[in-house]
Amino acid sequence: MTQPGSLKEGFIEPGKRLFAPGHRGCAGCGELLAARLVLEAAGPNTIVANNTGCLEVTTTPFPASSWGVPWVHSLFENAAAVASGIEAALIATGKREGINIIAQGGDGSTFDIGIGLISGMLERGHDILYICYDNEAYMNTGIQRSGATPTYASTTTSPSGKVSWGNTRPKKPMPEIMAAHGIPYSGTASVSYPRELLRKVRKALDIEGPKYLHIHVPCPTGWYCDSAESIKVGKLAVETALFPIYDIEDGVVTNVKRLKEIKPVTEYLKTQRRFAHMFKKEGGDEIISAIQAIADKNVERLGLKK
Amino acid sequence: MIENTVVEGSYAVAEAVKLCRPKVISAYPITPQTHIVEDLSQMVADGEIDCEYVVVESEFAAASVVMGASTAGVRTYTATTAQGLFLMYEVLYNIAGSRLPINMTCANRAPSAPISIWNDQQDSVAVRDAGWIQIYCEDSQEIHDFQPIAHKVGENPRIRLPVMTMMDGFILTHTYEPIKRMEQEEVDQFLPPYDPVVKLDCARPLTFGAFAMPDTYHEIRYMLNRAMMNSKGVLEDAFKEFGEVFGREYHPYFEEYRTEDADIILMTMGSLAGTIKDAVDRLRDDGEKVGLLKLRTARPWPGAELRKALDHASVMAVIEKDISLGHEGTISSDLKTAFHHHDGPLIHSFVAGLGGRDIRVSDIKWAYEKAKSLREPVDGSIWVGLNHDIIPEVV
Amino acid sequence: MLVGVKLTAGAWVEPATTIDTKTGAWRSFKPVWSPEKCIKCYLCIDLCPEGAISALPLDEDGKKTGIQVDYDYCKGCGICAAECPTQSYEMVPEEK
Repeated sequence: MTQPGSLKEGFIEPGKRLFAPGHRGCAGCGELLAARLVLEAAGPNTIVANNTGCLEVTTTPFPASSWGVPWVHSLFENAAAVASGIEAALIATGKREGINIIAQGGDGSTFDIGIGLISGMLERGHDILYICYDNEAYMNTGIQRSGATPTYASTTTSPSGKVSWGNTRPKKPMPEIMAAHGIPYSGTASVSYPRELLRKVRKALDIEGPKYLHIHVPCPTGWYCDSAESIKVGKLAVETALFPIYDIEDGVVTNVKRLKEIKPVTEYLKTQRRFAHMFKKEGGDEIISAIQAIADKNVERLGLKK
Repeated sequence: MIENTVVEGSYAVAEAVKLCRPKVISAYPITPQTHIVEDLSQMVADGEIDCEYVVVESEFAAASVVMGASTAGVRTYTATTAQGLFLMYEVLYNIAGSRLPINMTCANRAPSAPISIWNDQQDSVAVRDAGWIQIYCEDSQEIHDFQPIAHKVGENPRIRLPVMTMMDGFILTHTYEPIKRMEQEEVDQFLPPYDPVVKLDCARPLTFGAFAMPDTYHEIRYMLNRAMMNSKGVLEDAFKEFGEVFGREYHPYFEEYRTEDADIILMTMGSLAGTIKDAVDRLRDDGEKVGLLKLRTARPWPGAELRKALDHASVMAVIEKDISLGHEGTISSDLKTAFHHHDGPLIHSFVAGLGGRDIRVSDIKWAYEKAKSLREPVDGSIWVGLNHDIIPEVV
Repeated sequence: MLVGVKLTAGAWVEPATTIDTKTGAWRSFKPVWSPEKCIKCYLCIDLCPEGAISALPLDEDGKKTGIQVDYDYCKGCGICAAECPTQSYEMVPEEK
């Protein structure tokens, strides 16, 4: 397996990279950055099955591809099952050894339309790493609400309005749902901490069996923030305890990323226009308090405070 | 060849699949397909097949698993029916568009609602446009024999298409009848190992499943359709070679029964052909000039071949177990296109046996008499065996 | 109309071929790196969504010398400048 951040070893011809430039991701895209880091951690002996979504569309406009590893996209919801078939084929032909298999998709395909297929993959015990790139809405189709959309975020199908505060439902606890399958590893990461992300990908790939890695990836387009602020915004999600970083290994919470200081959620919310309504409308304070309560619960549940 | 052994139809399929040496099988249980996948599971459990059997949580997953395995370059098999086939619908198109030669058996069953586990052919007919070669079987011998043919045609590097073979649910899947069983050496002689042109491979890391803009999608679909059309020649060769190796001759597209001097020809697909042959014999005894054309290959559509075979008939009665609701029986519609702007028979559409309703020789004779009496084309289909007493005024 | 392309059955694609699209054309601000303050932490390399920043060759003593930006692909998102701990990047408007 190659070392993390292989680009650090010097200039690699763009056409020889595991994740080549020239992709059509928006400037400052957290998802494509995370995908590049994942591949650099996984190395060339990796096969990827990808769900439909921004990551797929921006990287594979026929007749071009950004992928430097064998890569397949079938449908929106089935990467986990496609990867299962790939693994079965490699086992059946005696070629399983030394190959990483990654199934991946955005939050819509992971939380919503594809959850059954991921559950099946985990239950069957495939030696596959499933990666969710969570930018908290259906960005590819124009910022519609998904099961990963945070409470009170405004999206195009859960807009804030005269009588609405946006998405009223809580974010589905996906790392816990995945861990409940009895898998050896379910972890969270943020693209804003790239070296930690690289370590987590390598760690997950070194564990035999089904693994789940949930990566928080800021989307400047869908969160309405400046492209240069992507990484800062992602950090604030962690620092305010709205996106906690931790692992669940064999059902036990481990490696909690503890924070010296927990910032108030407003520090995070005010950076993105998807939360702007709660700073403008009367009654917004209560909404912000409710979001603060979600963060407080995370602090308590996971022992986030150092 | 192993001479006449009495086996269940499902076992006839399963054993043939085994002899084709698939590397990955994935399926989800659904009546009446279950015996096929149970038999295959047992063969894997007993070490009779060197293959991975992936037990999944839905037909959608089963189709997706074989999609992934096929992209990874191995021979694959799955089986389903009705609701399962419909749940696979999105994957069916994806598999064909990805040009993956997956072999699937459809144990024909009626679609819900109302829910029914019994046989008709609405399920496979409804997915006829997905880009799968479709071959209908009359009996256990055919479904047994057509498995290696399915692989051989689909895997041909000039074709690269998925193939669906159809057998009537219960009528064939759960019925015991004597068949001549293929032997491993014969199948190995007929069907070479699968060696795809491209596959998921770290030594040549290709991308599969790119998205196409309007400047390429149109041509990519054209290529898919061309491959479907080209598969006709490959089907003809495969059936011919099958005859040479196994000594059982099959016409690649259809089978004719007493049609030579027939004035009225009945047409159907699948096991109903057996009943119709009996009806034809009895009608012939009564001096009627009647025959049967049993359609075998529905996609690619053998229009020119059918035209040639049927142009001497004055009337065609297509008796089928499906309907395009709001229109007529689908095969009837297809057959009409074969004679568009050609002299040909008057074609009548009969819908029969939906949801497992038994079709008797008397029903066939009724349809024959009806077809004989009609001198003009009628809109829509004529329904066979309707119990009008139970149909309310407001439907 | 598309020219110079041959379609493939099933639309498979050769790897790492998006490099023909020079996304540098999207840029309205250009990151300009200056070596003076750079501590060679390489954080900008890790954080570039395009992979457009890479390390310069080591010097004779094996020491890191800095980074280079591939302007063929840099979309000018500004993450490198925003995240650099020593403010070694300046975002300069592109001249049209």
